Amino acid sequence: MEKIIVIGCSKGGFTALTQLLQPIPKDFPNPILVVQHRQKYDKTSLEELLQHRLQLKVKQADEKEKLEGSVIYIAPPDYHLLLEGDYTLSLSSDQLVNYSRPSIDVLFETAAEAAKEKLIGIILTGANGDGAFGIKIIRMNGGTTIAQDPSSAECGIMPEMAIKTGNVQKILTIPGITSFLLSMYDKNKG
Amino acid sequence: MNEHKIYDIEELKAQLLSDEEFFEQFIQNASVTVTEMFRDPMFYKALREKVLPRLGTYPIIKIWLAGCATGEEVYSIAILLKEHGLFDRSIIYATDINQNSLRIAKEGIYHIDKMKDYTYNYIRSGGEGSFSSYYKANFDSVIMDKSLRKNIVFSPHNLAADKSFNEFQLIICRNVLIYFNQNLQNKILNLFYESLCTFGFLGLGNKESLLFTDKKKMFGEIDRKERIFIKTGD
Repeated sequence: MEKIIVIGCSKGGFTALTQLLQPIPKDFPNPILVVQHRQKYDKTSLEELLQHRLQLKVKQADEKEKLEGSVIYIAPPDYHLLLEGDYTLSLSSDQLVNYSRPSIDVLFETAAEAAKEKLIGIILTGANGDGAFGIKIIRMNGGTTIAQDPSSAECGIMPEMAIKTGNVQKILTIPGITSFLLSMYDKNKG
Repeated sequence: MNEHKIYDIEELKAQLLSDEEFFEQFIQNASVTVTEMFRDPMFYKALREKVLPRLGTYPIIKIWLAGCATGEEVYSIAILLKEHGLFDRSIIYATDINQNSLRIAKEGIYHIDKMKDYTYNYIRSGGEGSFSSYYKANFDSVIMDKSLRKNIVFSPHNLAADKSFNEFQLIICRNVLIYFNQNLQNKILNLFYESLCTFGFLGLGNKESLLFTDKKKMFGEIDRKERIFIKTGD
């Protein structure tokens, strides 16, 4: 399988995700996994709201699901999302990590182990440090790490804390990250 | 692992297979699950509305709470049964592989800080009583009312290895199956199938399903969203 993309965000995440992913065409071959911090009893269907705005297929992650290209998997409320070594998804009901469930660190760490240098980790706007440690693990496993430019983020804390670990390779605005993803797509189309 | 000076997975495996006490200790540490009272209030609401009325038709109601952890779910079910006048003719079997969790569940003592969230959950589940009447506060702990603790049998049970031990009208096993691979999920769901009376109910966690079992056609859906099923086969 080609590169796998994992994205983490919290406050301001919906707008950022929409902006970032809207221009991505529906045959973009790489799977995208998203942890957005969300309320336990999340009535708003984040997945539906995103699907209305995006070209790629959006779905809530299900356990044991095998990763497919051209799909955006969203972590369900109140479960951690993990990527297994065989590229299937797992859900966990374990305790909060960084006060969050789903936690960005949990996804990033497991994905780093599973995908190694094939992983691209992206931290967007958010209000706490969830994901900073995960970025470090991604880098340690040879993956690519990107953070949203904090001054362009609705809440710069999350990307700041990731950058502070010294493990973020690229600091980009949202359009910059979209270009990065599209350049991968164009390259593969040959 | 550091405690026992074990540094790789082969060593861990060897130790687990040969040393029973070490195995027990490992299970205690590895199998702790996080739970709360009336977790996913809509699930309990669905139980109140769609399952309890039907349970009322049985003279004795046997309920199995598989993977009961530290007991919060057990006391929630006990409260539900009480409020629907079913508690006195019910027996709840609460099982878990983790002996330490069972000990805590049996004691029924929880931290007072959690009660605010639990009260909120209780109300959202359709609870109309006074939630605080179900426990006694003491400094920073609460203890669940004694009356809730009778009719509950706490017992160790290993879902992956042990057999069926009774026939039940309701089995609840929430957010336990997600930790098992597909084969084991099928094995456990078969165990549940065998342990349910015809038209007995099965309640799973809200991201769990019957997808991985060969018995999926033997169940009907009582509430698709809340993952409550009814055994129709046999």
